[in-house]
Amino acid sequence: MSTTGTLVIGVGNRDRGDDAAGLELARLLRQCPPPGVLVLEQAARADNLLEAWRGAERVVVVDAACGGEPGTVRRVEAHREPLPASILRDSTHAWGVAEAVETARALGELPPVTIVYAVVGRSFEPGTHGLSAEVRQAVASVAEAIRKETSGWARPPSTLGAIAR
Amino acid sequence: MSAGRKRTLVVETLARVEGEGALRVKLAGGRLSDVKLEIYEPPRLFEAFLRGRRADEAPDITARICGICPVAYQMSAVQAIESAWGIEVPPAIRDVRRLLYCGEWIESHALHVYMLHAPDFLGYESGVHMAADHPDIVRRGLRLKKTGNRLMTVVGGREIHPVNVRVGGFYRAPARAELLALRDDLLWSLDAALETVRWVAGFDFPDFEADYEFVALRHTSEYPITDGRLVSSQGLDVPVAEYERHFVEEQVPHSNALHSVRRGRGGYQVGPLARYNLNYDHLTPLAREAARKAGLGSCCRNPFRSIVVRSVETVVACEEALRLVDGYTPPEPAAVAVAPRAGTGCACTEAPRGILYHRYVLDDAGLIREARIVPPTSQNQKTIESDLWRLVPESLHLPDAELLRRCEQAVRNYDPCISCATHFLRLTREP
Repeated sequence: MSTTGTLVIGVGNRDRGDDAAGLELARLLRQCPPPGVLVLEQAARADNLLEAWRGAERVVVVDAACGGEPGTVRRVEAHREPLPASILRDSTHAWGVAEAVETARALGELPPVTIVYAVVGRSFEPGTHGLSAEVRQAVASVAEAIRKETSGWARPPSTLGAIAR
Repeated sequence: MSAGRKRTLVVETLARVEGEGALRVKLAGGRLSDVKLEIYEPPRLFEAFLRGRRADEAPDITARICGICPVAYQMSAVQAIESAWGIEVPPAIRDVRRLLYCGEWIESHALHVYMLHAPDFLGYESGVHMAADHPDIVRRGLRLKKTGNRLMTVVGGREIHPVNVRVGGFYRAPARAELLALRDDLLWSLDAALETVRWVAGFDFPDFEADYEFVALRHTSEYPITDGRLVSSQGLDVPVAEYERHFVEEQVPHSNALHSVRRGRGGYQVGPLARYNLNYDHLTPLAREAARKAGLGSCCRNPFRSIVVRSVETVVACEEALRLVDGYTPPEPAAVAVAPRAGTGCACTEAPRGILYHRYVLDDAGLIREARIVPPTSQNQKTIESDLWRLVPESLHLPDAELLRRCEQAVRNYDPCISCATHFLRLTREP
């Protein structure tokens, strides 16, 4: 499941309301995949991210976050700076994106370009499906931003891994 | 810390347990006045969600309760339904289930030992901080975890919420070649698991023991994972069908989780220590030797040493996986025929954190009328609190931050999967 090109990984949980934001982002991108970009979904747990992005040159990770105005989007260039403590810290996933990124950094395994998008959610009730309106809108805008950004990077990855679901 | 002053120490969210939870320790007059492990849950959410669904949906639905141990939920679910329908799967299918479950044990135990609990013993705030100083150790843990994930993917069809499990067996039996391809990884993992036992054996363990009632499955010949009788260190020895005769759930006022108790007795402990103590004679020789060298005898009552026992169980799981892979022939068919009928069935399997009980009442059409799910963490809840009641007075001399760290470490002894116990994660922040 590794690629040496560009990865976009949507992390989330379909059964917990706005926690599906990252997965919805992946679904949107797949409708019209950006050229040269492999789009993955990472369900619920972030501890497999280190494997998913192993060998990648550029990775964009998208996940829901708590705390702040629902629909707010934070973009962090994680390869330049540590993730702020407030972002993704209170993860609904056992071992969140923040832990995965910072562990990868400590191990020297962070891809050279690692961008994290955090979308603040409103509701994470288990058993609920579908995003709240402001999160849906935010996810659409993140998808657009990613399309723009990755079009500047576009080149085919040298190995295409299987799409993880 | 003057006498008469009240302090409430709050860990609003517990880091490094699965999900979220809050721990409140109340001190008054320099003494402990209350301990509460608060888990937030709308009661019985997933059980309610299961009502009216087809029985064959139960494995997939219940797997979503826990992202860390979906296999455990699937196994307890399918076996409970099979018990209602009078189905017994042949040994070949049972072996594949055991193999899949080994993958989950390896994965879950490795994550907990390395990234969630070891940092406590080594004085690190988190696994991330530990990784900065000990990158090779963390890499070992993550690679060990990855082997568990790979095994779950090959047998279960997907790492998270394996899709291959069904009532009666599997949708598809893995090909022998697919399993043999895991062999090198499993061999490496067995060595890594043994190294893990050696590593954690060197930690400092508080002198803390209690006379717990340990409860686990016991099988006639194997270290228990998928099935067995229900036994305890206080003489219980009954078929799983009698679970509810001996264990009952109590609603606790401050917590939306239900606390499970032994009828007429009180709290009890499930999980690695319980399995180890009640099935020591069924450990593999290699695992038993590793345990001995790590300073464990045939019985361990110190919950802080659970990290060692968890590591020993990782050795067991790696050995079992290798044995099952080496002896593997794909079962044909991959699932036995099933005929839905009205009935009640229950099952217990050993999730990484302890026994997981499912019971279903099914109607003629094969729909679920009633579901009961008792996760291991809710069974340990009372015991976790009583540990804290004992631990806090012994630690009152410590500064607040250190006291709370000690409490958190004690909670993590049980590797609590709060998301399972609550079926729910929730976050609160006090202003």
